Parts: sequence; C-alpha cells; structure tokens
Amino acid sequence: MANAHTHDSHDAHHDEHDHKPTGFFNRWVLTTNHKDIGTMYLVFALIMFFIGGAMALVIRAELFQPGLQLVHPEFFNQMTTMHALVMIFGAVMPAFVGLANWLVPMMVGAPDMALPRMNNWSFWIMPFAFTLLLSTLFMPGGGPAGGWTLYPPLSLQGGNSAAFVIFAIHMMGISSIMGAINIIATILNMRAPGMDLLKMPVFVWTWLITAFLLIAVMPVLAGAVTMLLTDKFFGTSFFNAMGGGDPVMFQHIFWFFGHPEVYIMILPAFGIVSEIIPTFARKPLFGYQAMVYATASIAFLSFIVWAHHMFTVGMPLGAELFFMYATMLIAIPTGVKVFNWASTMWQSSMTFETPMLFAIAFVILFTIGGFSGLMLAIVPADFQYHDTYFVVAHFHYVLVTGAIFSLMAATYYWLPKWTGRMYNETLGKWHFWLSTISVNVLFFPQHFLGLAGMPRRIPDYNVIFTEFNMISSVGAFGFGLSQLLFVYIVWKCAYSRSGEKATAQVWEGARGLEWTLSSPPPHHSFSTPPVIDDRVLAHGDVTH
Amino acid sequence: MRKQWQCTLAAAGMGLLAAFGAAAQDTGPKRWQLNMTEGITETSKLVYDLHMQIFYICCVIGVIVFGAMFYSMYKFRKSKGAVAAKWSHNTTAEVIWTVVPILILVVMAIPATRVLYQMYDTGKPEMTVEIRGYQWLWEYKYHGEDVKFISRLKRDSDQARRVGSGKDPNTVDNYLLDVDQPLILPSDTKIRFVISADDVIHGWWVPVLGWKQDAIPGFINEAWTKIPAGKEGTYRGQCAELCGKDHGFMPIVVKVVPKAEFPQALAALKLELNGIDSEKPQLASAELAAGFESAK
Repeated sequence: MANAHTHDSHDAHHDEHDHKPTGFFNRWVLTTNHKDIGTMYLVFALIMFFIGGAMALVIRAELFQPGLQLVHPEFFNQMTTMHALVMIFGAVMPAFVGLANWLVPMMVGAPDMALPRMNNWSFWIMPFAFTLLLSTLFMPGGGPAGGWTLYPPLSLQGGNSAAFVIFAIHMMGISSIMGAINIIATILNMRAPGMDLLKMPVFVWTWLITAFLLIAVMPVLAGAVTMLLTDKFFGTSFFNAMGGGDPVMFQHIFWFFGHPEVYIMILPAFGIVSEIIPTFARKPLFGYQAMVYATASIAFLSFIVWAHHMFTVGMPLGAELFFMYATMLIAIPTGVKVFNWASTMWQSSMTFETPMLFAIAFVILFTIGGFSGLMLAIVPADFQYHDTYFVVAHFHYVLVTGAIFSLMAATYYWLPKWTGRMYNETLGKWHFWLSTISVNVLFFPQHFLGLAGMPRRIPDYNVIFTEFNMISSVGAFGFGLSQLLFVYIVWKCAYSRSGEKATAQVWEGARGLEWTLSSPPPHHSFSTPPVIDDRVLAHGDVTH
Repeated sequence: MRKQWQCTLAAAGMGLLAAFGAAAQDTGPKRWQLNMTEGITETSKLVYDLHMQIFYICCVIGVIVFGAMFYSMYKFRKSKGAVAAKWSHNTTAEVIWTVVPILILVVMAIPATRVLYQMYDTGKPEMTVEIRGYQWLWEYKYHGEDVKFISRLKRDSDQARRVGSGKDPNTVDNYLLDVDQPLILPSDTKIRFVISADDVIHGWWVPVLGWKQDAIPGFINEAWTKIPAGKEGTYRGQCAELCGKDHGFMPIVVKVVPKAEFPQALAALKLELNGIDSEKPQLASAELAAGFESAK
C-alpha cells in the first residue's frame, strides 16, 4: 500500500530521521540529494530569470520611444543576445531540470536520482558557466552582440570574449547532457515495481523524451560553437567564405540543435499542464496514450524541420517545400495535445486555484503562439514575417506564456508538497492576473509591429511604430514587476512558513505517487518501493 | 500632448477591423497599423492572401477550441455542482481531430506551394540589379550598365539617431527610412535581383514587394519583382538580418518610375554619380569586386 509511506506532515520528528547533512557546505555544496539539487536548480533559474528579465527591461526601455535615449546600439545588441542566452540556458532549461530532479524520483517511486554524484556536478557547473558568460559584459569589447544564434561572420567580429562565451556554452552543454543522462537512467531503472512505462505520469514521459533530445542535440551545438572558436582563433575557415567555408552551414548546424531545443523547452511544459489540468478538473487526463505518442511524434518531427528558421537564406525550392510541409505536420500532434486538454476540461468538475489558472492560460496563450507558428511555416508568408517583431511575438508567446507560465503553474502546484505549507492563494491569483494581463500587453502588440514592417533586433525605429512599442514597454515593466510578487509568495511560503499546513494530498483531485508522500516529503523519497495501486497513479486511464 | 493621447486613444477605439481594412490601402506603414501590407506587386498580393487565409483558419480553430474551453469553465464548475465524468478517451473524436487538421493543412499547402513556385521563377528577366550589403549600407549596380552606387542612411536621420542628439525623431521626415540615393527601378518590367554581401549577412527587405532575401558573403541569392504600371512611387524597407551595431540604420529606398522614363532617369543618375564619384568611399576592395563578378 503506497499510503503506508505517508508521513504525517505535523510529525515534528521526521527531520531527525531524514539524515539530512548539517551545515551549509555539507548540505548544499556536497549534496547528492535530488530534492536539494532540485531546489538549487530552481533558485538558480529564478535568479537567472531576473537577470535575463532585467536585460529585457533595458531593451524595452530603449524601445519605449524612437531615438536612442539610454544605450548605444552596441550595448543594445549585447542585451538582446545575453537576454536570450540567459533566459534559455539559465532560466527555462535549469528550471525544468530542477522540476525533474524534485519530481521524477517521487513520481516513479524511487529513493533518489540514479546518479546522485553526477547530479551534484551537473548543477554546480551552472553557476560557473553563467559567471563566465555574464562576466563577458565587463570585458574589453563587451559581451557577445551577434544574437543568441551566433551567426558567423557577425559573431566572429567581436572581441576575445567570444572564447569565454563559447566555453560557457560548452559547460552548459556538459551540464545538460549529464542531467539528461541522469533523468533517463532514473526513469528507465528506478521505477517501482508495477510502474510500467505506460503508467508513468505524463510529466515523466515528456521529460524522458526531452532528455533524449538533449543528448542528441547538445553535442551538435558544442560542435558548432567549437568550429566558431577555431575559425576565430586558429585560422580555420569552416564558416568563412573567403577561405572556402560556408556561413550558411553554421545556420544548418545551429538550427539542427536549435529546433529540438525549442521542444526541450516546451515538452516538459506539456507534461506539467497534463498533470495540473486533470487535478483541478477532477477527471482523468483525456487520451493518455495519445499524449505520449504525440510527444514522441513532436520530438521526431523536431529533427526534420530545422531549416524553417532559414527560409530566406536562399535554399533550393525543393528544400523550402520539404521544410514547409514537415513544419506544418507538427501542428497535428500539437493539435492533439490541445484538444486533449480541452476534452479533459469537458464534463469535468473544475476549481480554479492558481496552478489551474496558469495551466489554462498556458493552453490558450501557447495555442496562440502555435497559430503564429503555423503562419510562419507558410514559406511565402514567412518571406514577409521573417526577422520581424512578428517572430519575436511568436516565440515569446510559446516561451513566456508557454514555458514560463507552465513553470509558474508547476511552482504553485508542487510548492505545498515541497515546503509543507500552502502559499497565499489570494496573492497567487493576483500574481496570475497581473502576469497574464501584462504579458499580453507586452507581446500582443508585437504581432502588429512585425506585420507593419518593424524588423527585430533594432535599437531604434521609425516614428510610426511608436504607439505599439510604448504599449509593449508598459506591459514589459508590468510583467517584470509582477514577478516580484511571485518571489514574495514563494519566499513567504518556503521561509516564513506562516501559511496553512499542507496535507500529503494537498489538492483534492491530485493523483500520483508524489502525493502519497508527506508534505514536505522525507529527505529520501521512497526508501522502500511503494506498492503501486492503479487508482493513485497518474491521471491517465491506464487501461487504455 | 493630452490631445495627442486622445487622438491615439480614439484611433485605437476604432477597433481592430477598421485598421485591418485601412492597412491595405496605402503602401507605407501607418501608425496603429495592425496587418501586413498587401504590397504593390502581383506576388505581394498573393503572399498577403496566403497570410490572410492561414490567419482566418487559425481564427476559426481558435474560436472553436477556446470557445469549448470557456464554455467548460463556465459550465463545469465544482462550485456550480458539476460532477466530473469518468471517460478519458473517445476514438471517434480523436480520429476526427487528427484527420480534419491534416485536410486543412493540405488545403493550405497547395496554394502556398503554387505561390512559392512563382516566387522562385527568376527566369526571363528584362533587367538585373546587383545588390550588395555592407556594414552598414547598400551598394547597387545595374547589370550591363556602368552604374554602381552606394545608398546609405540620410544625414538628418543619422544625426537625430545618435544618443543624446537632442533632435526629436518626430521632426525628421521618414526617420531611419530614408537614404541619400534611392534605387531607381522601372515599373512594368521583370527585374531580377542578385543579392550578396561583403562582410556579414544582411537581409534585403522592402515589404511592399512581398519578400525579403538574405545577402550572404560568398553566396549569390536571386529574387525578382515586377512592379505593375501605375504603381510608381517611393517605397521603403530596412535591413532584416542582424548585421552589427548599425543594423537598424541601413534602410532601403526604392523609387519606381514609369518604364518609358527609366532610360532618362538612369542617364541622369549616371551623370550625377560621375559628378560625385571622387567623393564616393571605396568600400569594396578590387579583389572582392572581381570575385563577385566571376562568381556570377
């Protein structure tokens, strides 16, 4: 019986039975505990979210009105480049790895991750990698300014800080690969008896597939940036047309990494939402197996659509058509997912706590981002959209109201489990509404700007674009400030511990092994394997 | 100031649809413009039509899906006593919502393919223009004519855009969208462009022509346009691919003249350029220019 492992949350002595290491150094620096490492990943990601967010606010402040008021174009370009690198590699990816660390062992009935020492290392690389990356802003010549896509020849024009950036990217790649190996090893080897693959929570499934994507493409990025390194410092000509190289080849290699990377940042989000919506709908997830197969299809398709990022480089007609058709195909499995979430809500019994609000907003706003993605797949139309603010609007809808909103939803959903205390629901709802309204004020007008002809990555613009840029900037500051509320809510729940005590179950409709553990769970999740009872398993109807 | 805000609010109040309609009338972007330009060529209209088709399809799907979700949120609330059903799959529904989107995509892919074929058909041009991107200006050359010139950001914009210039961009005509020497093109002529770059990748984009094309060192890309008679005028665009610090400051201006007047316009341009030729900065080294020639 899984419930046998439920510790009463007000058991004041359970900490003593946990064998938690004492002292900061032993507890956090030398830790091999999946929960502590998960917490560190999440805190790290939150710090990076604010650093990357501050850079976004520099960008939006400069773009508030035409003319250059605050920064020089060189610095503006460093901000756009760094904002993307920090948000992608520093905020979104580590946050999902942090969630995987916390949740995968608890969800599959394992005591910890399969490779705990490697887990420690994969986290502790990250602060060093980002110190290195951010330090380039203070080096002569400044940080990278050629866009996060690092297209040569432009990315080779900057100062020697390029070497630091490339080394930092190598370190992030090593960290990601080790994290991915650990997650795969845990899921494939550490499941409790009876936790068949097709009984796993969808979050575990999406992370399993994501981990394979990471292992497949991070080395590709490492190869691409290494070639940049040798082109810049060792006289090779991989991408230098003057030496017989090919600048477009970099784009092919980069996007062969870059497109699966997009799904690395969204598949775990699909998993989170697939956990949350059934909980608050009190109804099993619609089409569990379809969700799993759709995730796998999306992962497969992500490898054969990369050149849709480069429709304007002058590819042959046949290549343009292939990548257009392949890209349009992604709409099918993605549509299946959205229809399944909507069907889960149909004839359910819903309540709207903060995690559910964020999850519903995710479905709607991510779908809007999906629509603009479908529009971008149409090659002739892309000839107009490409490199405009329409693209900026598109990927922020899928990344901010997609990935980031799913992370917010996940935090509110599992925070009571992690801390043993409820967060303040009223403040949570305030945070949701402020974020949702401001994020749309921020990004929706960018569709209009792009369609009207405003290119992306420009520090200044013609005066006819003023109004929507102003609106967008106002939204940006609103969204940025709203996130301070998020920090306050989390801080209050996790540290001041003033909230109501959480039960093990936390949410009435919650299903899955993590809810059979106490809140907060013991330091080592399942010291003995739980006995799997299908009724407490994930939300899927496991008989189909 | 207050009045200006009232005006802008009123304009916003006119609503999305009004602006959608208005956007199509004129060629340059307008304040509060919401939609893509229809452009001035046959191709750009086809692109616009594709854009609107896929947009309407997305709208319909959005209304159905979001409608179902909002209906659920209204109807199936625990607070209203809703009891959750137990079902979690429905094969018929799942087949329908897999097959119907496939059909929609096929319907969408057919016209997109047709338009793309047309856009790729650079054959039988009546004239060819060479475009080269440099950090941060454009160089144009009429193929077979001895006319080559640099087109860069106009001086008044260039002064106003400096940090702390003290000059209000609102007082500058076509701020950041004007050049010292526009590219003159004839109407009613199939013009082929061969596009390359000298230093880093640039992107040549005039929205009313309906496409953009990257200018890449070592590559020669092709594109074409045919501006119908009666659409003469001045059209503006910008570099679309991040190309360094002044990426935002290398606009494109195309001046379309009637086909019959083009020879005179070209002759006048030649005269003008020869007069100022000595002042023209020599950007491309002779070798690079030779390489560009032989690559063709």
